[in-house]
Amino acid sequence: MATFPAPAAPLLSAHRLAFTRNDEPVFGPLDFSLGSGETVLVEGDNGSGKTTLLRVLAGMLPPGEGEIRFSGRAASRDSRNGRILWLGHRPGMNESLSARENLGFLTGLYGTRTGVTPVSAMERVGIAGWIDEPLRTLSAGQKKRVGLARLLLLPGEVWLLDEPYANLDRHGIELVNALIAEHCARGGAALVTSHGAVRFADPRARHIHLVA
Amino acid sequence: MASTAQSILGGASVVTTAERAGSFAACRALLRRDFVLAWRRRGELFLPLLYAVIVAALFPFALGPDPELLARIAGGVLLVIVVLAMLPALESMFRADLDDGTLEQWLLAPQPLALLALTRVIAHWLMTVLPLIVVMPLLGALLNLPVKVLPVLIVALLLATPLLALLGSVLSALAAGARRSGILLALMLLPLAVPVVIFAAGAVAAAQSGMPFIAPLMWLAAALILAIVLAPLACAAALRIAVET
Repeated sequence: MATFPAPAAPLLSAHRLAFTRNDEPVFGPLDFSLGSGETVLVEGDNGSGKTTLLRVLAGMLPPGEGEIRFSGRAASRDSRNGRILWLGHRPGMNESLSARENLGFLTGLYGTRTGVTPVSAMERVGIAGWIDEPLRTLSAGQKKRVGLARLLLLPGEVWLLDEPYANLDRHGIELVNALIAEHCARGGAALVTSHGAVRFADPRARHIHLVA
Repeated sequence: MASTAQSILGGASVVTTAERAGSFAACRALLRRDFVLAWRRRGELFLPLLYAVIVAALFPFALGPDPELLARIAGGVLLVIVVLAMLPALESMFRADLDDGTLEQWLLAPQPLALLALTRVIAHWLMTVLPLIVVMPLLGALLNLPVKVLPVLIVALLLATPLLALLGSVLSALAAGARRSGILLALMLLPLAVPVVIFAAGAVAAAQSGMPFIAPLMWLAAALILAIVLAPLACAAALRIAVET
């Protein structure tokens, strides 16, 4: 059932990756790789292309130039889908449904990480008491925590987290860092964007600097 | 609390250890989600129904009490009412999911996007169109539709409305990224709806005048089968474009 990537091939690698919008370069060309257990922090000012980079890696935008590989295979829907978990600016969940209903639907699409249930994931992010409330009654920070519960619950080696620290208090920021550390300890990898205001936990994490 | 969760997570040592989701289970999960969501907003579900009943009830008043005239036009009027009642809901088929980022999650899921799109069309049809067909005997009575024509009209609608919903899903996905897409969708859909209405009305008119009505129904069925195969693929491509922008 479990498919292990060949040791030589990183989970995710980019070669001469660049993106242009209306003939204006947005970022790149970039070369980087993300191996099992590694975290890469993407830094840059507003508008420097952090979100665009993540969307290109997730396959939501076609790369302008260069190449993306997943476990050594050229990126395609087959090599990518189900292996990426995406946490973006938008919640990815319906506001009229409760966290339990939203997470239940997503596990129907993605499957479930062994040993995790919606309840245990919500407990881990500290808002188990809100599991049956419609998401619209939750605060922005609580919604972000439901998004973190989604990361815990769904299988997927590569986490692409776009500004995961936004809207979170100090404990929430520590929670994000702890979750990323656990995920990397399990053999996963994470690519995290931040505009640099937040101290990042793992001192060994590599940085990619994007300049507007 | 945190420590128990920690131990649970510690049990999954390899990140790829997971129960994968089958495509059938994914469709079931999507259907269940859409039904729960529709039940939360069940007031909106009655709007097309209410619209159809009001229009059908107004026609006899506007045309005057002439049972024969009503019987002659009833089939065509009911078809047009159903098509128009379907239009407003078509626009919102993917809108909410695009706005809240759910479509991003669809795109990255290990499921065929076309299958999810087809499931969404089925859920949409069951919730917004099927009630219209269920009340068709009542609407037919309001408009003095001959009883022998009613079954043909219902069969024609059962073939024509899924076809329109499938065509509408492609257009809805294309227009999802645009602002005020409602009027755009209507303009794009109406040319496609014309042949569907012509064949459905042809079957009803043939039944009314005692002629064979199977051929137009067969044309509708053939078009429906073609649409079931092709429309979800086009819809999936349109959804990818909608997420890109």
